[in-house]
Amino acid sequence: MTPLAAPTTTILVTIDEKTYSADPGETILDVCKREGINIPTLCFLEGVSTVGACRLCLIEIEGTRKLLPACATVVAPFQKVKTNSDRLKKNRRMTLELLFSERNHICSVCVANYNCRLQDLAHEVGMDHVRFPYLFPDCNVDGTNKIYNIDHNRCIMCTKCVRTCDEVEGAHTWDVRGRGFESRIIADFDEAWGTSPTCTLCGKCVSVCPTGALWHKQSVQNNMKKSPEMVSELTAKRGRKG
Amino acid sequence: MSQAQVVDVPESDPRVKQMLKVIKNYQKRPDALVQVLHAVQDTFGYLPMNLIRVVSKELHIPPSRVFGVVTFYYYFSLKPKGEHNCLVCTGTACYVKGAQKIIDQISASFGVKDGQTTPDNKLGLQTARCIGCCGLAPAVVLDNEILPRTDPAQITGLINARLGAKK
Ligand code: SF4
Ligand code: FES
Ligand code: FES
Repeated sequence: MTPLAAPTTTILVTIDEKTYSADPGETILDVCKREGINIPTLCFLEGVSTVGACRLCLIEIEGTRKLLPACATVVAPFQKVKTNSDRLKKNRRMTLELLFSERNHICSVCVANYNCRLQDLAHEVGMDHVRFPYLFPDCNVDGTNKIYNIDHNRCIMCTKCVRTCDEVEGAHTWDVRGRGFESRIIADFDEAWGTSPTCTLCGKCVSVCPTGALWHKQSVQNNMKKSPEMVSELTAKRGRKG
Repeated sequence: MSQAQVVDVPESDPRVKQMLKVIKNYQKRPDALVQVLHAVQDTFGYLPMNLIRVVSKELHIPPSRVFGVVTFYYYFSLKPKGEHNCLVCTGTACYVKGAQKIIDQISASFGVKDGQTTPDNKLGLQTARCIGCCGLAPAVVLDNEILPRTDPAQITGLINARLGAKK
């Protein structure tokens, strides 16, 4: 678009007043990760496709009024990016509050307490309370699987489990049912996980789940450790990225 | 509740063969999922669970993905609809133009709530968010026919005329 487009080899972008070089096709999040600039993310997972669903990684680009997701926005020559303006801080906090109010998150009784991305981020942005009324949706817990449980009360619909199950394990047990407030993660035809003919019990979904929505039956309160890097490393070894 | 039971369709039903033919016409291409589901919905008036399984198998699409699509679109229904169906749009334009009054009027006249059918299964009432003809708001779809700029005072008469007429 711009007549001043740089030669195709490297692109110069300015992030928070500093200039960095980037390869064409890289996302703003890629550059920030490499340069050690912290951008909060919830639905992004290295190694599987990007959906831009959680809106936590929103950034500002000069000349655009809209906030754009860093995970899904590709660098362009001479882009000026802000990652930590007041507007963004406010927005992140609001997004987190909305996530909390949408389901029934009760950290004190959760297996992922102290090991939860959602909790960590709330802490990071200084969310001390939620200004929105809680919606208290009617969610169930499926404990039919031999080894794992899924508690929809704690799910934030990041769909990491869905993408990992499909793209890495190749089983596609999980998907999303319905729309908006009524959407839920489902196994097969919205059936019990325990009887799923497609599930291989590999546990990758449990590893990538950022909250306590998917957990190992053996873990008790506060001691669930998640390892999303495992999936990223696996895909890197297979020579595939995003 | 007066909801019709969710029923499977026996494999011997001649319409099942018809459905398999449709699938074959699309060369079992997975991207024909929505078209195939449309055909099933139109032939049976709903999506029988056992046939959804067949569709998933024939098109080689994972069960959860098929179910995700089925539950995403308001057009698809897992339960048999009524003999006649009335869909009131509650999208922004129609909502502003008084869709709720239309729904209330239909509920009062026919004793049917959103998402249900009358006890005699004659009339089903559904709602959807924007059917794509906002210029005609408030819009109602009565058995695939669009009723533009509906008026709560007239809607009962229009539906009665339809119920009286042969399908
Ligand atoms: S179960 Fe976990 S990984 Fe899956 S969508 Fe919910 S929060 Fe994300
Ligand atoms: S991480 Fe970018 S939208 Fe979720
Ligand atoms: S809002 Fe009713 S047709 Fe768009």
